[in-house]
Amino acid sequence: MKEIVVISGKGGTGKTSITASFAYLGGKDVVVADCDVDAADMHLLLQPDFAKSEDFYSGEIAEINQNDCIKCGKCKDVCRFNAVSIINQQYIINSLNCEGCGYCARVCPTNAITMEEQNVGQLHISNTKVGNTMVHARLGIGADNSGKLVAKVKNEAKQIAEKNNKDFIIIDGSPGVGCPVVSSLSGADFVVLVTEPTVSGLHDLKRVYKLVKKFKIEAGCIINKSDLNTQVFIEIKEFLKKENIVYIAGVPYDETFTKAMTVGQTIVEYGESNLKDIITESWEKIKQIID
Amino acid sequence: MKIAIASGKGGTGKTTLSTNLAAYISENKNVVLCDLDVEEPNSGLFIKGELIHKEDKFKMVPKWEQDKCTLCGLCQEACNFNAIIKLDTQIMVFPELCHSCYACSELCPTSALPMIPEKMGELSHFQLGKISFVESRLDVGREQAVPLISQTIEYVEKHIIDNTIELYDSPPGTSCPVIEATKDADFVILITEPTPFGFHDVKLAIETMKKLGKEFGVVVNRYGIGNDDVVTYCKDNEIPVLAKIPNDRFIAELYSRGELIYPKVPEVKQQLKNICDYILKLKEAKGV
Repeated sequence: MKEIVVISGKGGTGKTSITASFAYLGGKDVVVADCDVDAADMHLLLQPDFAKSEDFYSGEIAEINQNDCIKCGKCKDVCRFNAVSIINQQYIINSLNCEGCGYCARVCPTNAITMEEQNVGQLHISNTKVGNTMVHARLGIGADNSGKLVAKVKNEAKQIAEKNNKDFIIIDGSPGVGCPVVSSLSGADFVVLVTEPTVSGLHDLKRVYKLVKKFKIEAGCIINKSDLNTQVFIEIKEFLKKENIVYIAGVPYDETFTKAMTVGQTIVEYGESNLKDIITESWEKIKQIID
Repeated sequence: MKIAIASGKGGTGKTTLSTNLAAYISENKNVVLCDLDVEEPNSGLFIKGELIHKEDKFKMVPKWEQDKCTLCGLCQEACNFNAIIKLDTQIMVFPELCHSCYACSELCPTSALPMIPEKMGELSHFQLGKISFVESRLDVGREQAVPLISQTIEYVEKHIIDNTIELYDSPPGTSCPVIEATKDADFVILITEPTPFGFHDVKLAIETMKKLGKEFGVVVNRYGIGNDDVVTYCKDNEIPVLAKIPNDRFIAELYSRGELIYPKVPEVKQQLKNICDYILKLKEAKGV
């Protein structure tokens, strides 16, 4: 079983559309994991049935029981996150600022502060319209710990893949280089970097690849909107060569990409287009590389 | 007046809007542009000023001092983030898990865990005409964006004179980094594209802003592609649509080269003017 992670550094490069196409092509051989839990969109293309759902708890937030509070102010003194305010002579926790460290609860002389576990989202295990199993999640608004939810989504997908002898896990990662991305990368066999020939695309590709290198994972790259800017396209190819990243394919700028999404389809399902062949060949190429 | 530019979905045009709006406003007024997308900061590719200040940014993490430690284990018990582990003969600290709450350090009976600064990124401050541009970049390998975002906002508040329009280019998503970037804003501009992904994610962003109690408006980018769902939704829910930026390959090409859009596309300039008028009216009404 091989784990393939699709990331991009920069958002909006076509990462999810391409990942969903791979999921479509892989069909029953594949377990799909949507690890972009902040803005999970893959379900819009793969139409999962939400067969099984569970709440996900992570982290805590302090709560002050006003009956026990003697207003000594120790909680406010120790809090490094400005989460304790005095409103109408009462000590109140601002839950948006609270990091859940529990320091205040520890120093409260009357045990007036309790730490409440937070329901930060839901995890879903579904069957998609293509017949693959999909693990996805929905992080609660403003919730912390998306790295942990990502890890949970991945582990769940891994277990399902192992139990059912699936060949691949395909993971849609999140943008950026922070904790959710680190979580998606750990344990992967191959990384697909989706970028675009724009100054931002290249800039972000370089940063996210620095991270990939730390994990020592083999990588390949798909350049979306490849004909948008020839100069930057060449620079990206030079970067790939220098870093020994496999150039998988260039996908030309084509509004079919968006049109397919608008009707809830992956690119490979949507009519006849040049894009369809390129994405299909890319998937074959990736399978060859990691075999 | 603090204005955050956020999106939910990545790649919908936050940076394009932030940089073009900053440049447009700066034709007449002082303006601050602050890039809070510290994981992948891009505003600096479009706004290149003269560097006037640069500093390393640190977060505080505990450092184990073996000679003072009695291996009582209180630190491990105090840490809610598993950032500190007591083994048989030593204490291990995992800085990436540490939230700098100081509990282990201050509760340690023998002061064996002093807090020391650890570099997490860099802040740079540039000046270009009337634009003060501040950006921070998280060192690759550092996982927590939130402390760097909050320190960057602190820097802006300390160094920028009052009564200026401050534009904050925020990170994508709806989780902790976005909350940190938008929670002190007087107004939030949510930029999206009229596609199912854009629509889905902007609804999450709207829900987030409602939960934060923020006043906000929507800008539709790549208008003309996809469908009408975003605009209809905003209309039905009485959410102001501040501007519609047309879908145009020429705009994408300008962006790809790191160029500003509005000097070359009059329609975009008009849309920026609409946003600007809206902001100025709001500024006057709020007195900020």
